[in-house]
Amino acid sequence: MIGFDLVPLFPELFLAVTAMAHLIIGVSRGNHSTNFVFWASAVTYVVAALILVGVSWGDAIVLNGMFKFDNFAGFMKLIILLGLLVSSALSVKYLDDEGISRFEYPVLMTCAGIGMMLMVSANNLLALYMALELQSLSLYVLAAFRRGSLQSAEAGVKYFSLGALSSGMILFGISLIYGYTGTLDYGTLSATLLPMQSIPVGITFGLVFLLAGLAFKISAVPFHMWTPDVYQGAPTSVTAFFAIVPKVAAMGLIMRLLFEPFASVSGQWDQIIWFLSASSMVVGAFAAIVQENIKRLLAYSSIGNMGYALVGIAAVSSAGAGAVVLYLIIYLIMTSGVFAVVLSMRRNGKAVENISDLAGLSQTQPMLAYAMAILMFSMSGIPPMAGFFGKLMIFQAAVEAQMYVLAVLGVVTSVVAAYYYLRIIKVMFFDTPAPAFDGALPFARRAVLALSVIFVLGFVFKPSLAIIIAKNAAGALFPG
Amino acid sequence: MAGLPILSIMTFLPLIGVLIILMIRGEEEAVARNSRYAALYTSLFTFAFAVYMFLNFDGSTADFQFVEKAEWLRPLGIGYHMGVDGISMFFVLLSAFLTPVCIISAWDSIEKRVREYMVAFLVLECFMIGTFCALNSILFYVFFEGVLIPMFIIIGVWGGPRRVYASYKFFLYTLLGSVLMLIALLVLMAKTGTTDIPTLMANPVAPSLQIWLWLAFFASFAVKLPMWPVHTWLPDAHVEAPTAGSVILAGVLLKMGGYGFLRFSLPIMPDASAFFGPYMLWLGVIAIIYTSLVALVQEDMKKLVAYSSVAHMGYVTIGVFTGTVQGIEGGIFQMISHALISGALFLCVGVVYDRLHTREISRYGGIVGNMPLYAFIMMVFMLGSVGLPGTSGFVGELLTLMGAFQINTLATLFASTGLVLGAAYMLLMYRRVVLGPPVNQDAIEMPDMNKREIGLLFPIAAMVLWLGIFPNTVMDRIGPSVDKLVADYQKHVKIELEMTVDVEGKKEEGAE
Repeated sequence: MIGFDLVPLFPELFLAVTAMAHLIIGVSRGNHSTNFVFWASAVTYVVAALILVGVSWGDAIVLNGMFKFDNFAGFMKLIILLGLLVSSALSVKYLDDEGISRFEYPVLMTCAGIGMMLMVSANNLLALYMALELQSLSLYVLAAFRRGSLQSAEAGVKYFSLGALSSGMILFGISLIYGYTGTLDYGTLSATLLPMQSIPVGITFGLVFLLAGLAFKISAVPFHMWTPDVYQGAPTSVTAFFAIVPKVAAMGLIMRLLFEPFASVSGQWDQIIWFLSASSMVVGAFAAIVQENIKRLLAYSSIGNMGYALVGIAAVSSAGAGAVVLYLIIYLIMTSGVFAVVLSMRRNGKAVENISDLAGLSQTQPMLAYAMAILMFSMSGIPPMAGFFGKLMIFQAAVEAQMYVLAVLGVVTSVVAAYYYLRIIKVMFFDTPAPAFDGALPFARRAVLALSVIFVLGFVFKPSLAIIIAKNAAGALFPG
Repeated sequence: MAGLPILSIMTFLPLIGVLIILMIRGEEEAVARNSRYAALYTSLFTFAFAVYMFLNFDGSTADFQFVEKAEWLRPLGIGYHMGVDGISMFFVLLSAFLTPVCIISAWDSIEKRVREYMVAFLVLECFMIGTFCALNSILFYVFFEGVLIPMFIIIGVWGGPRRVYASYKFFLYTLLGSVLMLIALLVLMAKTGTTDIPTLMANPVAPSLQIWLWLAFFASFAVKLPMWPVHTWLPDAHVEAPTAGSVILAGVLLKMGGYGFLRFSLPIMPDASAFFGPYMLWLGVIAIIYTSLVALVQEDMKKLVAYSSVAHMGYVTIGVFTGTVQGIEGGIFQMISHALISGALFLCVGVVYDRLHTREISRYGGIVGNMPLYAFIMMVFMLGSVGLPGTSGFVGELLTLMGAFQINTLATLFASTGLVLGAAYMLLMYRRVVLGPPVNQDAIEMPDMNKREIGLLFPIAAMVLWLGIFPNTVMDRIGPSVDKLVADYQKHVKIELEMTVDVEGKKEEGAE
């Protein structure tokens, strides 16, 4: 199986080469090339996606077993590229308005993107770590991108220090696992663990450290402390990026890690996932109630959403994995739409972030308010919006796996979560209007919002396609 | 027209109306006017289809009719399956009838955001009809739950002073009940491998599982119906909702609870229903007596009618869980009759509210002099609500109590006191509002009903009387479906009884 066939890695290689080219263009032409670099990288994402579609998605293991390319990796990469495209579409105008338009931004995004794409196809614990660090380091810089602002710098530092801690934990976990099994390769690891009658406590410890570090990356409770602060402090377009893409990649990584090498020891990790999931759902629902800042609210909402996605992993089944993939697609699309609205919250040339700033939006900007309301109902999982079907699949998998407690906890917290999503709708529709927001939405943002709303509303009419794709993708993790 | 997918047309026609309304452009006033007409015509078309369905409904069979099947959530084995039987057909008709009524009733009284109002009502109609037509449990859930969205907006945007509180309470209360039902539906799906309601009805699940499932369904339907003690959202929602919102709430949304019991609890979980049946009877009795007493002391007309709704729904609970043909037929009839009477009573309250902008009973009095037509029409509905023979209210209550008498005489005795209490609070209100000495000058200067209001209320009054005199219009059509439901149910209950008798018999043998 060991070969030096680079074809499956073409999309990443292409992105890496163009990222360097964009960097050179940026350096030589200065900051007025930012818009060009933005659009160029958007085109790059599309081209990379086309290359990805063109590459055969058979099970291929490349670079001496470092990376695996299968249906799951291929599909997750497509989602990541979509997320990158959406994030850059959301960022352009915002950075201009905020006066922090610099060419490093799209380049860093691309670098993070490469890291994420490698994360979902990592087939070796070392590859996992390298890919994760490539992603994280780019994200740390992005969080602190508004250099002049204390809040943004604080967000960057906070994210960096806690992120470094979690990376250390991951590395420590990897070293323990290596020490007890003598291998870093997923395939060998799986073969070593399978015949084991009792699992050495060292491996369990290693796994716990590994999962704790990864839980930090998806901001699962109790490793979520950084999320609200970073979401609030980072420039909103970066927040959007954080909310949309890295979560998807990290979930993909966790799924491959748990369902492939550690599948045979699921008894060691399913309780951890269970706890992460339950606590994320509870904290995500209750802590969001008291938030006044919409970015903080969305931070808690994303914590809760990761909790729901983890329910699917805790089910330890193909149906569960398929549900997670579907949930992630729907989450990504809904969140993009929500951030398109949040990015448009500007008054007198300045961004406003309080929920009360949305007051009476249904009268000042009805279309925006309707879109937001639809997305909020979808986020709270009310049928017939797409968000409901994501939750339906998740809970169906949970019930099938007889995890009734988690399922009931999930639906009850979703009612609590509905309370704060409704609050946004209430502010927009029931309250007396605040002054209108500035101007119309730029084209790219409007397109993202429109597509997101159309997806959310239209999903009910043709749900099969997305579900089948998600199931196929997840099926790759469960051979036979 | 035989091959027409009539149920889908009725369900989705309102959405086409929504699209048309959203495309209306122009001055605000023109938009408002055109939205009103577009909504009215759409709902009238839908009603026309509903009448067509009613006329072509075959009342001699218990099978589902106008059945449609299509692929939907294929990977989960969930299909799009629609159909009506005797039980659901009248609720579809009711939904299609009350929507145009609501739209006409809001013609002048809603002045702001007319377009949104009409959109909300048409979306609501789509979900309501879908709920009663759906023959797949997940599809049912989608419609059942979707209802919350437009209703939340209706109460919250066009409601009274405490509208935010009321809309939240309505939404979260019902959502909490429903999500538990979702889990139950998923458990059913995992255990039986199907979400098709007719298949589920033919093969009830194992008795040991039924108890938990039944409780989860109960959580949803009891809140929706609403039953005591989870009824507290209803008075708030009714009082704050605009008139048309109250009409739909009382007319259709509450019926979803009763319909759910008949469609899910009784046929799919017969053993659990039999087990919990006696408790349900008593809960119904408590609801009747308690809420009637509460209604007696209300000062707000809408709140009084709202509490009377809870009391009337108590009869429905009793009727459904007697498990007898009379009881269930009475329960269904009571629901239909209550939808008309209570909806009309809310419209009556709306008529005077539009004139004086208060619902306080003591602000009126002696208006019979200046509003004779109103006094007459209100009397019809008031007597219907009391259950006077000759009105539809009588038939439902009588049948329910007949059914209950075969099961539990004591509970029936207490439930009957509700008739007396009902007469007390209704007549009291009528006396204080319509008769009595004219104390408030502005109240006795109110003009009588206009043509729109007459056109709205008289047909409903005619229907109330028609159903009271010729109840067979309904009974003939629901008969076969109810017979089948009861036959299946009794079969299970008998098996259960025989089993318990067997066990007891063996014990005795062992003792000897």
